[in-house]
This record gives sequence, C-alpha cells and structure tokens, in this order.
Amino acid sequence: MRGFLKTILAAAIGAAFATGPALADPMAEIKKKGVLVVGVKTDYPPWGTRDASGNIVGMEADMAADVAKRLGVKLELVSVVSSNRMQFLQQGKIDLMIATMSDTPERRKVVGIIDPVYYASGVAILANKRAAIKNAGDLKGKPVCALQGAFYNNDLQSKYTGRDLVAFKGVPEAEQALLDGRCVGFVYDDVVLVWKKAQEAKWGDFEIVQLNEWQPVPWGLAVRIEDLNGPWGKFMSDTVGDWLKSGALLDLEKKWVGGNTAWLSEATAKAKK
Amino acid sequence: MEAVWDFLRHVHDAYGVNLVHFYDGFERGRMLRGMWTTLQLATLCILLSVVIGIVGAWVQGSRSRLLRAVVQGYIQFFRNTPPLVQMYFFYFALGPMMPRVENEYGIPQPILGSFEWAMLSLSFFAGAFNVEIFRSGVEAVQKATVEAAESLGFSRWQIYREVVLPLAVRVCLPALNNNLVNLAKTTTQAYAIAVPETLFVASQIWSDRINVFEMMVTLLTFYLLLVGAFVWLMGRLERALRVPGFGK
Repeated sequence: MRGFLKTILAAAIGAAFATGPALADPMAEIKKKGVLVVGVKTDYPPWGTRDASGNIVGMEADMAADVAKRLGVKLELVSVVSSNRMQFLQQGKIDLMIATMSDTPERRKVVGIIDPVYYASGVAILANKRAAIKNAGDLKGKPVCALQGAFYNNDLQSKYTGRDLVAFKGVPEAEQALLDGRCVGFVYDDVVLVWKKAQEAKWGDFEIVQLNEWQPVPWGLAVRIEDLNGPWGKFMSDTVGDWLKSGALLDLEKKWVGGNTAWLSEATAKAKK
Repeated sequence: MEAVWDFLRHVHDAYGVNLVHFYDGFERGRMLRGMWTTLQLATLCILLSVVIGIVGAWVQGSRSRLLRAVVQGYIQFFRNTPPLVQMYFFYFALGPMMPRVENEYGIPQPILGSFEWAMLSLSFFAGAFNVEIFRSGVEAVQKATVEAAESLGFSRWQIYREVVLPLAVRVCLPALNNNLVNLAKTTTQAYAIAVPETLFVASQIWSDRINVFEMMVTLLTFYLLLVGAFVWLMGRLERALRVPGFGK
C-alpha cells in the first residue's frame, strides 16, 4: 500500500515539474505542427477587431498572416485582451503575441519583447484649423479638450495651456465638445486620432498636429522570454526589421489606419538607411 | 507658509501620505480655483433657484389656467428627470443650437459655456422643488389673513409680497434648507460637462498623482465644511425671522 502511494506521489510531483513547454526550438515545433498560433486583440480597431462574419481582422492580424507566410505554415489567430495576453504567451497557448502592447521595463522582465519595436503611439491634437495650432506652445491660454485621467493632462495644463482643461470622461463627449466649438482641439493618442480623421468626414475642418513634447510609447510584439535569444526570437527580430525596411508596415498602417503616423514614418526612414 | 509646505513634503517622504494638493504650487492653485468655482456655482444656483421658487409659487396661484399649466409642466419636467441627464441634455443637445459667436481663436462658439449651463440646469432643477416648497408655505397661510388684506384694497401681487410670502417663508424654511443643501452638493455633477469645480480638479489630481485616498478625505472635508457653513447661516436666518407666537 505504501509503495502504491509513493508511486502516485512521485508521478504527481513529476507531472507538476513537467508542465510548461520545455521546447528547445519553438520554430521547429511550429513548422512540424504546420500551424502558427498568434494572440491578437479583437477589441481595438483598426489594429485588431472582428469583421461582420466574425473573423479576426486588422493591422496586427495582417502582420501575423505575414509571419505565417514566411514560415510556410497555416495561421491560427487567438483573441487576447490586455489583462491576459502575457499569460497566454507564458502558458504556451500562443506562439507569438502582437496585441498593441506598450513596451515597458516591467513587461520586459515577463515576456520577450522583440527589438526593433514595430509601432508607437504618441500624443497629438486634433485641432480646429481656424485656431492654427502648430505645436504645444500655441495652446497657451486656450481651451483644450481632453480625456479625464490621461497621463499627459498634468504637463499639458501646467506647462502649456496654463488654464483648466475641458476634460471629459469619455471620447465621444470630448469629440462633441470639439465639434461644438468649445475648445480649439482634442488632445489624445495620435494613432487613434489619425484613424478617426481618416474614417469620419466630420473632421474635414480639423487637422492633426503631432505634439512632440511627449515621447511616443513603443508597442512591442513578444515571444516567450526564454525564446527571445533563440532562433524564434531572432527570426521575429529579423522579420520586424524587414517590415520596417521594406515599408510593409507603412503600407499596412495606410490600409488600416488610413494615414501614417510620424513615428512609423521616421522609424521606416531610419531602417532604410 | 513655506515651512508648512516643507513639513507636508516631509510627511509624504516619511509616511507616504501625499498631500500634494497643498504643498505643490500648481496643484494648490487649481485646487483653490476649483473650490472657488464650486462656491460661485453653489451661491448663484441657490439664489436663482429661490427666485424661481418664489415666482413659480406666485404664478401657481394665478387666475390664468395657461400660466398655471406652464408652471406645472416645468415642475413635472425638472422634477421627474435626473439632474445629470438634464445637464447633459442642456450642454450637448440644447447648447449647440444656441447662437454662436466667433471667439478670439476664430472658432464659432455657442454663447453659453459649461459653467453657465451647469448653473442654469441646476437652478431649474432645484427651482422645480422650490416652487412646490413655497406652495406648501403659501397654502399654510390662513385664508382669513388673505381676505383681510383683500378687504384693505391690496393688489394680488401686493398681497403675495407683503402678506403671504413673509409668512410662507417662515413655514417652509426647514424644507427649503433641505433642498438647498442638496443643491449645493449636486454642483459636483457639473464635473460631467467639464466645469472645473472641486470634484473635477480633485479627480485630475488623483489620476496624476495616484493619491486617491488623500483626495477623497480632502473632498469630503471640503463639502462637510461648505455645507456646514451654509446650514449654520440658514439656521441663523431661521432664528432671525422667527415671529414670536407664530405657528404655535
């Protein structure tokens, strides 16, 4: 009886240690399976969303498709959200994560963020053309619409506008206030503003002015941290480098976002050199 | 004063209690401006809503059925809809329909801004209740008193102003106090249409500085003091207006 218990115990302990993929080369494994599993977002148009028939589409879905093409395997997209995307990667549910993730030092300790980064979002103002805003310095003393709780609000007010912001809880309210002429512009993430302006005709009298006073926050795609310096991490790093050099990302951004952001244009120019 | 701010900085470093809205000049400035805005908004709303209440209660006793119906409609509309919804409606639905004036930045702007709309919508909201509160006072005035004034040749407006209202106010003052205290607190809803009042500023500060607990305590204390001062004032008014023997 005791021997039987011992066996079960040993098996249980063995199983506990054996979980988690201990693969030497995930790239070889992907090729053997014939399927690449990529985690992308479905709640963040136009980077990751679902079309009318439920398929996952978007700029990042297209990027995933290109990776599968380069590997010569089939693509399987898995919907992830901000709160589970890193766990999905760690647990081996996905081979690669392309999910609008900001690159931070804390995250680099948990997942293998690929260098170079593929995208970045900065801060811009969707400004009324009549106000002729050229940079943040032009905002002095002017009413500026914003979103309550945005990280740049404090700087925006203390260094540039010098007056209380016209800040709302949600984007629709801020947009409405801007359209109603209650502020000279709406300060928000540049990539979303570029997309909105390209999508909606009502912004014809408005222009997007990049506010270079705030550094763009890079977005990184990621593999498991133990694969970062292996062949799989190396392959993805080369792939991103190639996307930048060939201008493929600019084309994808043009297709999905409707225009090009300053950061990506510069990153492409730098990669071409 | 600098010594106090330095001490509060020390409290932050040593104990992690972040009273940045006191010791930081920028945060203190906007916090004080926010409190001043709250004070202005509350005072203006209280005065305007009392005027609405007095006039409304008089019109309710009017001989014209149309006028009475208008007041009744006004009360039903403002009493039966939430004040936050009214504020959104005024600012986002009615506001853009107002005539526009080109502002100094060359943008045609609706004539009424967020502060004005907050003031109007809150005053109308509280005013609807005030009409009913004043009516309760008016109806408590003895018919004989009104008849006596009529027999002395007072006009209808004279009777209301000189006889009925002074007595009615004394009867309805406690109920009026309640409603005005509520009104002072409801000014926080102006936050939703970007009026930079106390709650608006506080939420900006706590999202920047992540000192949510300290801001909550400051907010609560501020409103406690503000409403406390108002209640004390109204208590004094009530005592000053006391007519010995009236209502006993």
